[in-house]
Amino acid sequence: MSLKSKLHILKRKYRSSKMAPAFNALHTFLYLPNETTHGGTHIKAADDLKRTMNTVIMAMVPCLIFGMFNAGYQHNVAFGEIQAVTAGLFSPEFWTLDNFLIGFWKILPLVIVSYGVGLGIEFLFAIIKKHEVEEGYLVTGMLVPLIVPVDIPLWMLAVAVAFGVVIGKEVFGGTGMNILNPALTIRAFLFFAYPTWMSGDKVWVEGAVKRTEEIAAGANLDAISGETILGSLAQGKEAGYSVMDMFFGFIPGSVGETSTLLILLGGLFLVFAKIGSWRIMLSSVLGAIVMGLIFNQVVDSGWITESSKFYGLMSTTWWHHLLIGGFAFGTVFMATDPVTASQTNKGKWIYGFLVGFISIMIRVFNPAYPEGVMLAILLMNVFAPTIDHYVVQGNVKKRKKRLKVKSI
Amino acid sequence: MGLLSKKDSKLILDPLADNNPITIQVLGICSALAITAELKASIVMSISVLFVLGLGNVVISLMRNIIPSKIRIIVQLVVVATLVIIVDLVLKAFSYELSKTLSVFVGLIITNCIIMGRFEAFALGNGPWRSFLDGVGNAAGYGIILVMVGFFRELLGSGTLLGFKVLGDPIEKTGLYALGYENNGFMLLSPMALIVVGIIIWVQRTKNKALVEDH
Repeated sequence: MSLKSKLHILKRKYRSSKMAPAFNALHTFLYLPNETTHGGTHIKAADDLKRTMNTVIMAMVPCLIFGMFNAGYQHNVAFGEIQAVTAGLFSPEFWTLDNFLIGFWKILPLVIVSYGVGLGIEFLFAIIKKHEVEEGYLVTGMLVPLIVPVDIPLWMLAVAVAFGVVIGKEVFGGTGMNILNPALTIRAFLFFAYPTWMSGDKVWVEGAVKRTEEIAAGANLDAISGETILGSLAQGKEAGYSVMDMFFGFIPGSVGETSTLLILLGGLFLVFAKIGSWRIMLSSVLGAIVMGLIFNQVVDSGWITESSKFYGLMSTTWWHHLLIGGFAFGTVFMATDPVTASQTNKGKWIYGFLVGFISIMIRVFNPAYPEGVMLAILLMNVFAPTIDHYVVQGNVKKRKKRLKVKSI
Repeated sequence: MGLLSKKDSKLILDPLADNNPITIQVLGICSALAITAELKASIVMSISVLFVLGLGNVVISLMRNIIPSKIRIIVQLVVVATLVIIVDLVLKAFSYELSKTLSVFVGLIITNCIIMGRFEAFALGNGPWRSFLDGVGNAAGYGIILVMVGFFRELLGSGTLLGFKVLGDPIEKTGLYALGYENNGFMLLSPMALIVVGIIIWVQRTKNKALVEDH
């Protein structure tokens, strides 16, 4: 008997029990349901929620795989095992099995914990509230391992995921009802709850924290520093990486956010699959460019001197801001979340522009929160309904005016 | 309760749960968010409010027939302010450190909506004994939530309770910390207090469906 029919039998068996949503979810996740509805008119469309979510996950897979290589590469470079890349994207030092395996064994547990805890809570709530399990967590579960540092302790991730799913989503009524992006809620929780594990120059390189502890215990070893570019710039230091490194992603950072190239490809994929909104992505980049140019102008006109604590990030060339930190990842995969972003087309332009604009502003003005894009998206999530409201009202007003002119 | 009639004991017991000033009436949230990072501060704050509200209700109730209704708010304010100043001075004299932690929030008891609310809604229309019970009941209802929030915030945020290191020493890495546990810094920030109060409200309404408003 095939798995499908076995699942089908199981589903029928438990149909009237409390556990029904769990079996239904498993069945519909793996296969197309073999029930048909009777009577009435139906629209059959391929892009159901499951398909939509899976498309986004597919767009993120390159980032995940690259993140695994990068985790191993950062580890090996920091520990002096290999030389830094020199030959561009296809540097042989980077694409080694050793790099991949180190990253794989480090990142796989993050993915498992993220999905295990998150889906566990989704199933639990579905059973308690007696509704079907929704696919909402599929994307969040993949986003979460990509936006945390590689060395984050697993129990912290589990606590944060539980918090994010319950407080960020379930209390509002589950998938589609949440105000804040759940993945970013999880990251924000981690950031404020355990700041030592989410910032600084240790957590981005696998093994650096352990090395620090060994040195503290008296071992005669070199300390490892894997500061992110944003961190270095915020302290007024040089970035230390070439623009090509930033673009290809051979830099320390959260697991999946480093490679702007792959994020760009993922973004294009989402736009062509008509799942991600190109308006939000484009306007967000525009917003970041405008803010970056303003800051560059401020530096050029001499209002800010090198003694200022904002100088490092403010004097960063405007388009470098698009390559460093989590800006690209947040813009492509999180600002475009259809639930929490603005719904109207005009609203999307405003929303995206402000996300980009505020990201760079937070980055520069508050070096304690170098990851401005997280806070910017969460802030704009809160304002998205307001933006929509005024866009709709504006349209209503315009049409009423037209009506009046005609009737006179 | 043999000591109190059924009607009187309702005055004390109702605000503890089904008519709680914080979780049901959503009053006095401001101080509940601001000073609950430590259990000790929450307890002292609860006692202060208990003193002010219990005594204030009696005073207002005694004067209820001679207060001209046009200036009753001013009279109420004078009464609260007097009591709050007493509390503030006692704290400063006997526990200076704690009064530093509570800082402006002791003074802000004056504007705590629960107190003015009880004066207006109860003490102005009831006798001193019943007003006293009502004041104590409401202050206790306020205190229970404060202590609950303070308990979780201090335990999870600093790993201590009343200053005792119940989870071990985070620097020496003993107890839970030896296993890699770390304090949750978010718990010490005010937004988390709001979420903890929210969770308490959630639990309370799940247990007692009668409290859920229908729309």
